[in-house]
Amino acid sequence: MMSDNQNTQLELEKQGVFLSNVNKFYNWGRRSSIWPMSFGLACCAIEMMATGLARFDLARFGAEMFRASPRQADLMIVAGTVTKKMAPQVVRLYNQMPEPRYVISMGACATSGGPFRDGYNVLRGIDLFIPVDVYIPGCPPRPEALLHALMTLQAQIDNQKLNRVRWYGKREAKDFPIPTFGKHGLEIDGELVDPVGGLPLLSHYTSPERGETRSGQIEHPEIARQFPIMDEHVEQAAERDEEPDVAEVDHA
Amino acid sequence: MLKTEELQINIGPQHPSTHGVFRLIATVDGETVVDLKPVFGYLHRNHEQLAEVSTYIQCMPYTDRLDYFNSMANNFALAVAVEKLAGIEVPERANYIRVLMAELTRIQNHAAAIGFLINDMGAWQTPLAFGMREREKILDLFEMASGARMMCNYFRFGGVWRDLPPEFMPELKQLMQGLPSFFDEFERLLRDNEILRVRSIGVGTLPREVALLYSVTGPLLRASGIAYDIRKAEPYSVYDQLDFDVPIGSVGDVYDRFLVRIEEMRQSYRIVQQVIERLPQTSGEHINPAFADIGKQKALRPPTGDAYGRVESPKGELGFYLVSDGSPRPYRYKVRAPSFINLTPLGDMCRGHKVADIVVILGSIDIVLGEVDR
Amino acid sequence: MPRLSPTDLRERLNHDMPGAVLQQQFVTDGTAHDGDRATPPARKGAEQPVALLATNDVVVAAVRLPDVARYMRDQLGYQLLSNITAVDYLAEGVIELVYHFVNVEGGPPLVVKTRVPRDRAMVPSMTPWWPGADLQEREAFDLFGVRFDGHPNLRRVYMWDEFEGHPMRKDFPKQGDKYMTEGE
Repeated sequence: MMSDNQNTQLELEKQGVFLSNVNKFYNWGRRSSIWPMSFGLACCAIEMMATGLARFDLARFGAEMFRASPRQADLMIVAGTVTKKMAPQVVRLYNQMPEPRYVISMGACATSGGPFRDGYNVLRGIDLFIPVDVYIPGCPPRPEALLHALMTLQAQIDNQKLNRVRWYGKREAKDFPIPTFGKHGLEIDGELVDPVGGLPLLSHYTSPERGETRSGQIEHPEIARQFPIMDEHVEQAAERDEEPDVAEVDHA
Repeated sequence: MLKTEELQINIGPQHPSTHGVFRLIATVDGETVVDLKPVFGYLHRNHEQLAEVSTYIQCMPYTDRLDYFNSMANNFALAVAVEKLAGIEVPERANYIRVLMAELTRIQNHAAAIGFLINDMGAWQTPLAFGMREREKILDLFEMASGARMMCNYFRFGGVWRDLPPEFMPELKQLMQGLPSFFDEFERLLRDNEILRVRSIGVGTLPREVALLYSVTGPLLRASGIAYDIRKAEPYSVYDQLDFDVPIGSVGDVYDRFLVRIEEMRQSYRIVQQVIERLPQTSGEHINPAFADIGKQKALRPPTGDAYGRVESPKGELGFYLVSDGSPRPYRYKVRAPSFINLTPLGDMCRGHKVADIVVILGSIDIVLGEVDR
Repeated sequence: MPRLSPTDLRERLNHDMPGAVLQQQFVTDGTAHDGDRATPPARKGAEQPVALLATNDVVVAAVRLPDVARYMRDQLGYQLLSNITAVDYLAEGVIELVYHFVNVEGGPPLVVKTRVPRDRAMVPSMTPWWPGADLQEREAFDLFGVRFDGHPNLRRVYMWDEFEGHPMRKDFPKQGDKYMTEGE
């Protein structure tokens, strides 16, 4: 059956007729012309620039148009450490991007704080405030790693179904909450977000698989990262030589 | 008489031309700048506090990320400071390797800095691509020697991490053959360009009399006419045995800074040629034998006291002030960042110019935000 | 090239500006000195009572600091104020400010230090004479809480204005994964 379809397709293509479905065509258009926003924060920005220049050409992926304005971009490559002072601006910029929009978190600092995560001014991962589609490890990641991340994102876009992705369909568009500056750190509605120290925080905003909405909720924390090694309940239970009861674990 | 009103506009922190996350609040009267207030801290990663809980050798990778364009120069500064504090000798071959890396860093920094300056003036990416092409070749050399393109973490206390691999020298000699024609082409294409001249001559002048009072160092100070280069003033490593000139400007405007940087690239080339000739062929002397073992580096406990070690980084005087209390961790670790202090005259240099000149002047100071905010 | 050692500087200051230089203060605790390297600090972050404040450099009284600095600039030719550092000595209860002056004709920098109590850290500002001291003094204010009299714009430079506390002080609560475990 599959080979039948393929044969028919090949025959038609020889005649100059191109068969596809709207989904594939639409996704092909979107993934081949991703326009990143120039959002270099720190050292990873230099590697991002090196990727865009002649040696590791980003233009062959259709992504060399770095737009300065968020209104014209579809991809925000957060390259570099996000500090608490900068975090409200990052969220504002993300809110200003029109959908469909993607985020690549480049480097260790944007993913989880990186080598600086014990700072009083460093945000431990940009995914605490905005949804991230692809994470790139490295400090700084080589330009080839950024190209691989872009290809991963393109593969993700290819798999997105038009009737299931999170920005189409009946829902109200909501802005992501912008943190404010508090006395001891960043706050949302008066509550301290990402206090310095303590256990690693789980992100509420990890982008769901294939960008699809599930059960009507947007940015559902479906994919939760577990840190059993550093979870104090598990560690105390291990000391007492007990089985850890995962259901009782409190995700801070 | 028309009544005019002053407008406050915000440039940054996300801006294609602010060289990173840097914010400027400009008060303008029409198109002319009346006042300029920079806002820092968007990349404040509390480097100094992290160093207080790390051992001295653990601080070395953090210095890579200070001025992330010139990681070797930052490593050099920390190595010089700790060696002054702890009294560690460096063998000759290690010194020559260090100078080689520092000068290659200077060439690649100035090539990219000029590229960014011209990018800010509107020549979209072409001069930048020219400069970055040479930079990629130099980064290949760094990768050969230290394993990483940018965050090299190559220097250790008493020398460097490992000796140069055998394929380094032929590659370096090949690069050296191509560099003079690159310098000539770069200069010839840009120096007499009318747009560059109109936008940079007379713009952002830092007069000689006040340059010292602003504590500026590096190409900014030299373009204003004061010949102060730490490699000549307080020679460290083997710079006193090498023969090179210090280019200075006359007026102190953006054009002078551009010319000073091009000339400094040529002088760095001269230094690298001398290093290639004089590099001692003794193998295994890339580090002080007493500190060759990484365990010794980790357990380093300098005597109580303080020391201020400084080098001429491509941006200016990069200094580390270290206070030791006899423990393996520094008691106080302060970075004297050239980009931060070079930003002091920004407001005064921009006053009276147009809004479009702010970006050009900022580009000519050549800042790196990792250093400014630490 | 000019090479003025701290001893020379002290003699000249004692001659030309009597009363500016303070006598050396040595912390006589009798515990670990630099010769004794066998005893590591008891707790990570514990302030080791070594003779940290013993120094050969010139220590001046805070109120005389601008005069000494201008003397060094005009009489001795050390025109470039290269570096202003604040150091927090929690155990001795002082904050020390270290000024590095550089002569453009060459030579190593010359150091002038001043000490102020931690709870009332006030130093006259150098900004009226050296505009380049502006940002460095704001940094010392932001991170250490040292107030500079005469500074035109003493505001926080790195942290946001609503932030409370001075982060680089030794008693600022430091939390983080690096601080959680003992040992190196």
